[in-house]
Amino acid sequence: MASARGSATDLAISVRDVVKEFPTGDGGVIRVLDGVTFDIRRGETLVIMGGSGCGKSTLLNCLIGEYSVNGGHILFFTKNMREPADIALMDEDGLNELRKRYGILFQSGALFGSMTLAENVALPLIEHSYVDASIIDIVVTLKLQQVKMLAHRNKMPSQLSGGQKKRAGLARATALDPEILFYDEPSAGLDPVTSAAIDELMMDLSRKLRVTSVVVTHEMDSAFRIADRMVMLDKGRVLKIGDRCEFERIRDADPGTLDGRDERLMHQFLRGASEGPITDADGMTEFEKLIIAGE
Amino acid sequence: MSDPSSESAAGRSHIAYRAISGVGSITRDQASRLVSILSFVGGVTYLFYDALVWAFRGVFQSRIRFGWPALVHQMVRVGVRSISIVFLVQIFIGMILALQMAPTLQSYGQLERVADVVGIAVVRELGPLLTGIVLSGFAGASIAAEIGAMVEAEEIKALRAHALNPVRFLVTPRVLATAGMIVVLTVMADYIGVFGGFLTSVFILDVPPSLYVNLTLDALKMTDFVTGLVKACVFGAVIALIACYEGLNVSGGAEGVGRATTATVVKSIVALIGIDAMFTAVFYALGI
Ligand SMILES: Nc1ncnc2c1ncn2[C@@H]1O[C@H](COP(=O)(O)OP(=O)(O)OP(=O)(O)O)[C@@H](O)[C@H]1O
Ligand SMILES: [Mg+2]
Repeated sequence: MASARGSATDLAISVRDVVKEFPTGDGGVIRVLDGVTFDIRRGETLVIMGGSGCGKSTLLNCLIGEYSVNGGHILFFTKNMREPADIALMDEDGLNELRKRYGILFQSGALFGSMTLAENVALPLIEHSYVDASIIDIVVTLKLQQVKMLAHRNKMPSQLSGGQKKRAGLARATALDPEILFYDEPSAGLDPVTSAAIDELMMDLSRKLRVTSVVVTHEMDSAFRIADRMVMLDKGRVLKIGDRCEFERIRDADPGTLDGRDERLMHQFLRGASEGPITDADGMTEFEKLIIAGE
Repeated sequence: MSDPSSESAAGRSHIAYRAISGVGSITRDQASRLVSILSFVGGVTYLFYDALVWAFRGVFQSRIRFGWPALVHQMVRVGVRSISIVFLVQIFIGMILALQMAPTLQSYGQLERVADVVGIAVVRELGPLLTGIVLSGFAGASIAAEIGAMVEAEEIKALRAHALNPVRFLVTPRVLATAGMIVVLTVMADYIGVFGGFLTSVFILDVPPSLYVNLTLDALKMTDFVTGLVKACVFGAVIALIACYEGLNVSGGAEGVGRATTATVVKSIVALIGIDAMFTAVFYALGI
């Protein structure tokens, strides 16, 4: 399980016992995240995986301060703050200060439709950096070049393909030189070649900018390509966190040699059951039933 | 369930149960309707407060720039698109009013008084109200659809994630632009409506043109004009606020955007007429 190994300084984010509930229509609540605990180390690429509906997107929304949590803490260790900042306790102004230090690539790119690519990338700089227009122009050129989109700088987002939108979204996310980059399903809806190109770009950025990357994804190929460490979620809990090679071992092992239900579950999932464990009405996943039936 | 008597007893109690639960669900429905109306009004009011705070911050805090380009862009969009429809509606309303009132006034032998009736009705009431209704179809619907589509494309989330406030960037310029442009449009509407009445009176009712103009000028006081414009300004702000509120609360894909657009038009028109009634009552009580 996750433990706070090492000194606090090589941590980027520490997620502690996070609980998130949504109200249901009939006045009750469903608990989507149930005591999620793990650490994200500075400079690493951490991939968050899990089946459909296990709470990945919800967790990401909690991490970026879009949802407030119902319990637990999310501590950000930023470079020039001595104390970690707990976003569960922050007001909007504090949250905004933190938001300037991280970038997010949304699933669809989320470019502002009324602006050109260059204007999209320039907006965070204009609003938060207080530098000259000529310098902003240079930074924009640089950022667009980094994602190989310079040729399209004066196009509107509606004139771009899905992969191009994501690349441009990445340029905008990195405009303020963030310490942490969040990716929401970076390869969803892309063909394998484009998806591999995005992966390359992500690894490139993480090397060059030394950013911490947190990636939510479905795609196993992509996950194993980019991850330093991985977190497996299931029904709102952390099933396992570990280095990529541990997950590779579970994936490649003979099911008979795996010990415990959790490992067999993960084995199934990592072998490319792309939809993952789908929870039934009786609270059991298809895989659990299979495993129980097999025993 | 083979015993028929117990079955009919069960049937009776079933009917009684249905009747009671029916009454219960009606009151429950009413209560939840009331709650949703209150939360709508509360939400729109809070959005108004938020938009005003950002407008003031933009003007008075040097750290936060006021989005002049965005404001101008929105004004052009709101104004230009609806100008021709406002013209069309007003000129016909002026003409219709004059024709409708003519027989009654003629029976008093004061046909030329058509000028007073048209002038007061258009400037105090129909100019602002009909311009507002046209704008809720044009500006309101398009604002709701635009912001709703932005919600669906995660653009609003992206704004927040870049520490940019969506109210400041989207709501404030739209509210100020609509409130400003509707005043301009209403001034035009007033002239056009009166001109419509003039056309009918001169060419159909044979009122001398100079008499019509003089009677209109005598009948209208500055307060008539100003009260109409004050109302219009409030109408514009309300239309934009309702549209932004509906747009920001879109959920459920393209269908949700469609629902928000329809809801904006319907709620705006109801709100305009309600506010108009309140204004009229207040002006009447104050003798304005
Ligand atoms: N705003 C919400 N209100 C109510 N329930 C929600 C909300 N968002 C998510 N949920 C529920 O929480 C659970 C987890 O959803 P989430 O979107 O986090 O899953 P996910 O792991 O991202 O799945 P996928 O891989 O399909 O995107 C689901 O059962 C979903 O129905
Ligand atoms: Mg998801």
